Amino acid sequence: HSRRRTSEPIEIEDRLESLICRVGEKSTSSLESNLEGLAGVLEADLPNYKNKILRILCSVARLLPEKLTVYTTLVGLLNARNYNFGGEFVEAMIRQLKETLKNNLYNEAVYLVRFLSDLVNCHVIAAPSMVAMFENFVSVTQEEDVPQVRSDWFVYVVLSCLPWVGKELYEKKDVEIDRLLSQIEGYLKGRVKTHVPMLQVWTAEKPHPQEEYLDCLWAQIQKLKKDRWQERHILRPYIAFDSVLCEALQHNLPPFTPPGHMPDAQYPMPRVVFRMFDYTDAPEGPVMPGSHSVERFVIEENLHCIIMTHWKERKTCAAQLLSYPGKNKIPLNYHIVEVIFGELFQLPVPPHIDVMYTTLLIELCKLQPGSLPQVLAQATEMLYMRLDTMNTTCIDRLINWFAHHLSNFQFRWSWDDWSDCLTVDLDKPKPKFVKEVLEKCMRLSYHQRIVDIVPPTFSALIPAEPVFIYKYEDESASSLPGYPVSIAVGNAIKNRASNEEILTALKDVPNPNQEDDDDEGETFNPLRVDVFLQTLLHLAAKSFSHSFSALGKFHEILKNLTESDEGKLHILKVVYDVWRNHPQMIAVLVDKMIRTQIVDCAAVANWLFSQDMAHEFTRLFIWEILHSTIRKMDKHVQKIQQELEEAKDKLEKQQHKRASEDEEGQLEEQIERLQEKVESAQSEQKNLFLVIFQRFIMLLTEHLVRCETGSVDISTPWYKNCIERLQQIFLMHHVTIQQYMGTLENLLFTAELDPHILAVYQQFCALQL
Amino acid sequence: MSAKLSALTSDSYIDISQYRDQHFKGNRYEQEKLLKQSHTLYVGNLSFYTTEEQVHELFSKSGDVKRIIIGLDKVKKTACGFCFVEYYTRLGAENAMRFINGTRLDDRIIRTDWDAGFKEGRQYGRGKSGGQVRDEYRQDYDPARGGYGKLASQHRPTEARNTF
Repeated sequence: HSRRRTSEPIEIEDRLESLICRVGEKSTSSLESNLEGLAGVLEADLPNYKNKILRILCSVARLLPEKLTVYTTLVGLLNARNYNFGGEFVEAMIRQLKETLKNNLYNEAVYLVRFLSDLVNCHVIAAPSMVAMFENFVSVTQEEDVPQVRSDWFVYVVLSCLPWVGKELYEKKDVEIDRLLSQIEGYLKGRVKTHVPMLQVWTAEKPHPQEEYLDCLWAQIQKLKKDRWQERHILRPYIAFDSVLCEALQHNLPPFTPPGHMPDAQYPMPRVVFRMFDYTDAPEGPVMPGSHSVERFVIEENLHCIIMTHWKERKTCAAQLLSYPGKNKIPLNYHIVEVIFGELFQLPVPPHIDVMYTTLLIELCKLQPGSLPQVLAQATEMLYMRLDTMNTTCIDRLINWFAHHLSNFQFRWSWDDWSDCLTVDLDKPKPKFVKEVLEKCMRLSYHQRIVDIVPPTFSALIPAEPVFIYKYEDESASSLPGYPVSIAVGNAIKNRASNEEILTALKDVPNPNQEDDDDEGETFNPLRVDVFLQTLLHLAAKSFSHSFSALGKFHEILKNLTESDEGKLHILKVVYDVWRNHPQMIAVLVDKMIRTQIVDCAAVANWLFSQDMAHEFTRLFIWEILHSTIRKMDKHVQKIQQELEEAKDKLEKQQHKRASEDEEGQLEEQIERLQEKVESAQSEQKNLFLVIFQRFIMLLTEHLVRCETGSVDISTPWYKNCIERLQQIFLMHHVTIQQYMGTLENLLFTAELDPHILAVYQQFCALQL
Repeated sequence: MSAKLSALTSDSYIDISQYRDQHFKGNRYEQEKLLKQSHTLYVGNLSFYTTEEQVHELFSKSGDVKRIIIGLDKVKKTACGFCFVEYYTRLGAENAMRFINGTRLDDRIIRTDWDAGFKEGRQYGRGKSGGQVRDEYRQDYDPARGGYGKLASQHRPTEARNTF
């Protein structure tokens, strides 16, 4: 095409971007001819657009790792045509690598190093200089007094490049590679692995061990070496261009010293490799590569990268996953489902928001209606079968996923296949799972629907109808002490009486706790709370909006009734009493009451751990409320901290401007007030965690002591739930908890603690977050 | 150091649609500005029987929900198949556009779109009969949305007239 001289440079830059990003996508021409064509176009544009092209290529190296070999081939072709450009690209990549490491972007840095290593295959970089970089990386294992996660990362980078470049490097520098591998082996043997149990999805080793990620990768590389570095899965377009590329001059990587450890560095967290399928699960078609094959590593890496690139656009994401190059040689649907569940169940948190995975799986089912739904059903069945040893947090996510998924498919499921769950105690994992799933399904539909979709044999697992329980319902309650006032208050509310009138009416409620010498009536009166709230919530029971409106209208009275800690605790008790059939309503009411400061976060925590709630302790809604409460506390602290920062910025700007003393003084006052607010909020936040941890320790210690004295096995379903819920607190809120390590160590998680409980704390510390 | 690559940062599910509220007080530019910062979504194609609780359960999956306003028939004051969902954060609303829009609630594929912000009065249908405009002209029979559309049901001879 002739170039129009009237084209805007910006248009050409956009065109270049588009051309480069798109290469490798479905096309009528072969990949090789597209790469050849693009190399020609770019070469011609180098005189005018060199910097732009450099920047685009650096970006795709960092952001499109699933197309690694496509772009290394492209760079190889450009280097063959223009040696200087090749050199400049390598320099730009090294600069980019330094930047990403400085900015704690460790995952992107891995992709950059992998790109560089594959450039060895394209004759852009000389093998010895790549080996030298690897040697510098591995030497980090010799550093003393650094977090394990730091040296882990450098070892991981080297190992994860070897599937791409191991063969080439070994052919040129076998002695050095062997030495590297030996050093790595030594390092891996000495690693602390206390953190692993905390990150495993299942506690059972069978059918698939949940391996620590470095252990698994090491096994895969050892097998690769044993196979003489023969790797057959990776798409390598550069092979077709070998005659051109081997004529090219290579560049040496400049010596690269790994940046030193900085105290604020955030290295990636360790992880566990999620496996749920092996070759026996995909009976027809291509065989699934074994768990220690390097092919498995490459496939999983690429699928994770595709999700990382396209997660915001589910149709594109699904399409990209299903058009994975080399899909005909592998049971792709199984790999996709395994990778998606692996992310969904990842501890501490999935890489992306949970609901994304639900919607992605639905898109995949739409695109492959003849095969994917069956794999998904098979996976669901397998996950159900292994519930007994599944981590509680992962079970939560499975419950939420499954119920939401079913709600998109008319709740069709072969429940009879799971009738084995009816033969064991309801507190065992399988019936518990089904019960929670049905409860979530009901929230997305309605009670009768659930009755209709399950076989009659499942009736014990059907959730209660979410109806209000009103103590003062009718005449039969007339003997209750609060009954007369409940009528009076109900009428007062319906007649829009003032707050004073209502409070006066409430004074008539007898106090069951009244002490004889308390004439002032100062002892807290729980019945007063009970009568008012039961009546109010009963009148407002129709919907969430009605109840919120009620809380808002009578905010003053509610604040009055809950001034004391006892009051706050009691109001929560009443909410539970009336709405215990409707956990969803309890959760939204508690949320509203925290936000309108009728109760505080610590009160909610104390209530959830109270004896009154002990029988509900293993239900999912309890933990949803607790984690939601902690998150609200977090957001509150962050909000005030932000206000403080903004005020400080404003003051700085004022000081530059020559503002009046008055204005400055006002701002300084405001900053002082905000500072106090921040400190108070942070103190409240710390107190919340201390309350939670103390309660856990008390409950768990009680259980352990009781079991010991009774010579009973400690591993009851309750215990498994409780100890894993404690783990969950640490994992889900690790950023905040990091600040309290000193207090936790000295005050709570001391050496006197039962080793079972202390182990959780030690596992958390071992994560070196 | 590296390009931003608009081709790679595509996030089309959160783009604003072509719809503009004709009753909006302000010009097009102002409306679009609000849409691009909004935390509020319009949700359409609900069943008349879909409850606030169901909406809350589903839309909470993308973020904390601040408020739900169920759309009402202006005359009957009953649910007429749409609602507004307001999030505490923009991100909550964005994730709903990405992952809840186009999926099912109460067995129906629902549609979400950016809204410039709830104002009193906007909870009412704007159709002549009191429901939504789309239910005025709808030709098909939808049992979850009152049966036939208003226009279609007027022209439809009733059974009673044909019996002897």
